[in-house]
Amino acid sequence: MSGDLDLTEIFEVFFEESAEGLEVMESGLLGLDFGAADLDTINDIFRAAHSIKGGAGTFGFMEISGFTHGVETILDQMRDGTRNVSEDAVQLLLESVDCIGAMIQSLKAGEPDDPARREPLEKRIVQLLAGNDESAGAQSGSTGQDTGESDNSGSQHWAITYTPAKEILQEGHDPVDVFKELEKLGSLEVVPSFVDLPEFELFDPEELFLSWNLRLGTDLERKAIEAAFEWVSDQCELTIELEDDASLPEGAGESEGQKQQPPAASAGGAAPAKPEVPRKGSTSEASIRVGINKVDSLLNLVGELVITQSMLKRFGKDYNPELLDELRDGLNQLERHTRELQESAMQIRMLPIKSSFSRFPRLVRDISNTLGKNINLVMSGEHTEVDKTVLEKLSDPLVHLVRNSLDHGIEKPDVRIANGKSDTGTLHLSAAHEGGNVVIQVEDDGAGLNRERILQKAIEKNLISAGENLSDDRIDNLIFHPGFSTAEVVSDVSGRGVGMDVVRRNILDLGGSIRVNSRPGKGTSLKISLPLTLAILDGQLVRVGSEIYVISLLSIIETVQLSASDIKTISGEGEVYLMRNRYIPVVRTAEVFGVEQWAANDADLLVIVEAENERFGILVNELLEQQQIVIKSIEKNYKKVDGLTGATILGNGRVALILDVPGLLQNLMSAKPAVTKESRNEPVAA
Amino acid sequence: MTSASSQQEVTISSGEFLTFILGGEEYGVDILAVRGIQGWDGVTRIPDTPDYMLGVINLRGAIVPIVDMRIKFNLKRAEFDSTTVVIVVRAELGGEDHILGLVVDAVSEVYKIDQGTIQSNPEFNADQANDMVKGLITIEEKMVIILDVDMLIEDWAPDGLAQEDVAA
Repeated sequence: MSGDLDLTEIFEVFFEESAEGLEVMESGLLGLDFGAADLDTINDIFRAAHSIKGGAGTFGFMEISGFTHGVETILDQMRDGTRNVSEDAVQLLLESVDCIGAMIQSLKAGEPDDPARREPLEKRIVQLLAGNDESAGAQSGSTGQDTGESDNSGSQHWAITYTPAKEILQEGHDPVDVFKELEKLGSLEVVPSFVDLPEFELFDPEELFLSWNLRLGTDLERKAIEAAFEWVSDQCELTIELEDDASLPEGAGESEGQKQQPPAASAGGAAPAKPEVPRKGSTSEASIRVGINKVDSLLNLVGELVITQSMLKRFGKDYNPELLDELRDGLNQLERHTRELQESAMQIRMLPIKSSFSRFPRLVRDISNTLGKNINLVMSGEHTEVDKTVLEKLSDPLVHLVRNSLDHGIEKPDVRIANGKSDTGTLHLSAAHEGGNVVIQVEDDGAGLNRERILQKAIEKNLISAGENLSDDRIDNLIFHPGFSTAEVVSDVSGRGVGMDVVRRNILDLGGSIRVNSRPGKGTSLKISLPLTLAILDGQLVRVGSEIYVISLLSIIETVQLSASDIKTISGEGEVYLMRNRYIPVVRTAEVFGVEQWAANDADLLVIVEAENERFGILVNELLEQQQIVIKSIEKNYKKVDGLTGATILGNGRVALILDVPGLLQNLMSAKPAVTKESRNEPVAA
Repeated sequence: MTSASSQQEVTISSGEFLTFILGGEEYGVDILAVRGIQGWDGVTRIPDTPDYMLGVINLRGAIVPIVDMRIKFNLKRAEFDSTTVVIVVRAELGGEDHILGLVVDAVSEVYKIDQGTIQSNPEFNADQANDMVKGLITIEEKMVIILDVDMLIEDWAPDGLAQEDVAA
């Protein structure tokens, strides 16, 4: 049992590292200049591929290691300078990166391997490699054979099986030393076999249960190879055979011929059984990589805190009024350190937005190819740090916005030239900190929003009536309306109608906002503003009847004192308050939330809040203090509750609920009288 | 034992059960699911929730929902007094652990039970409360109703509205 768990953890590490490796490969490949490639970049890509292959091989994911091997071979040739960095090759490598990613994904999900996914690519890799081999004058024309190895230093290949005695480790030998020795002789492939691995109960950590299939390409004689095994030759089973290409073992049940992997991996008998891969997502623990400096600063602060604590402890022991000043100092210090510690702990969750941006060069390249547009992607502020949760939830909306810009925003080259612009469109992705917010902008220099078409569409869909006179800004913001899409043709890239409203909803869920700004003929800019973190907010405590609620300070515009007559009723349906010549809706929190012991009185206050540029008032009895609020999830142990962002724990240990201002607004705006079940149906008694 | 053979066996692993009193009946929950027992100390109400949801409390920094078992089982509402206790249990829903508190009249005993002595619940009617009953056992001539805590929170699953695919 525990053995399985350990393995699962290691798999997680492998998946994570592979994902990083793939990212390195992709960004590296995208940065390559055809013809004159930067050797360092190719080396980076090669190393990433190599560690994925190695990792996959170690864990017995032979499909992945086999496939990656072909990719690695191409890269190796590029590294040696024996292959040009052609556009075709890079395209093939990029597709291969996707394929490896997909293979790892399905492995992670516990799905069976799908050979159909990789076979066409494998074929192309073999073809590419074969093309090179022919020019190099090696091997016969039989493309079905394993020809990709000719890049290796040796002209002949030795197949070695090495099964060390179990006790070998106890005697101080390490099989790795042997492999290191062999590596000096030529090109070496090492494939471990797990067939002898016992049940966990029988597992003795001091014994070695592995055996290896090695493939060595070298010009040297058998003797040289045997010499490498000299120290261990009496403690192992060893076979060394000169490999004859004609007798290459075929992959047992797999598709014939076109394999680009070491024979040891495809030889049916020797291939290790595929280990059980963790099922479904529940076992996958989210993890985070943290810079050591962040951990150090955290430790420092904890140290300070311990000192402060011991200082304060003294006052508890012998209390003396003369020490009051010192006590006060100590408490101040404690407060400061606690706050710093909190900030420092929050820092751990902060990741540069780069990890989210890094997928866009590829995306833009692929989409602009599909659409036949020339697009130059400019990114700035990639190092802006954002909370990990925010970052994860931001990814999909961002992709959507970028796709929209590419598809609908930026025009085709001929149109651009006709409009007197350069034929290459520019997409600018930027991130920056602004106050307590992160602002992310997706800006293109395309055609801008087509207001006429948006209006027409909105009237068609009954979102507005024909005669309505809307400001440009209001028209632009119609694109966030559910079910709105102006794309005349539903394209592969975007325009399926569930779009901007979902993006907007996602952003709102993160406590942020999104604004569109468009200039006809000049371009469109979408500005997302998000809170730095989801875990803490500056809150205003308010009392409603006997309950205490929290309202985010960011959403509060002002608070006004009012008397009952200031609130006007509209046909018994809702209530409004006249604020500087503008009627704004009023939410009676007590009724919405069914608070008992509510009594309206003259001291009531109306807290004016704003969400999505709409204002409304929240009626409360009293304003209490403002403080930093740690947001706790209600959902974790219960479920999502409408109108609440979460809860927090007050100084006295009690739970206070945090009002979801955008959510309350949604309820107010939605056509159905959904704010509350009861209070809406009967006239409100103030 | 003759009656046991006529009834269908249910698979409840043998083990220890914590029992509590509710409206004169004795109920049991698997002791491995119990996280603690504490006195009633008020809750913060949550709007727009079923009657049995009394509200939430702060349990060592986590927001924990509190369920009134009397209302959940359609029993008469009771005044909370000094013997009213909250049993904190862990239940599973969709692969996720939820911690919740159950308000009961009083805690009774811890019994060790063998699998063979548990009888399946006779199907009286398709009552909701029936789903939450795993089986019945007789201990010292008393009947104890064994509850399935996971079923208590079955209706807490997120509403059918699955997350929309943004990329679509």
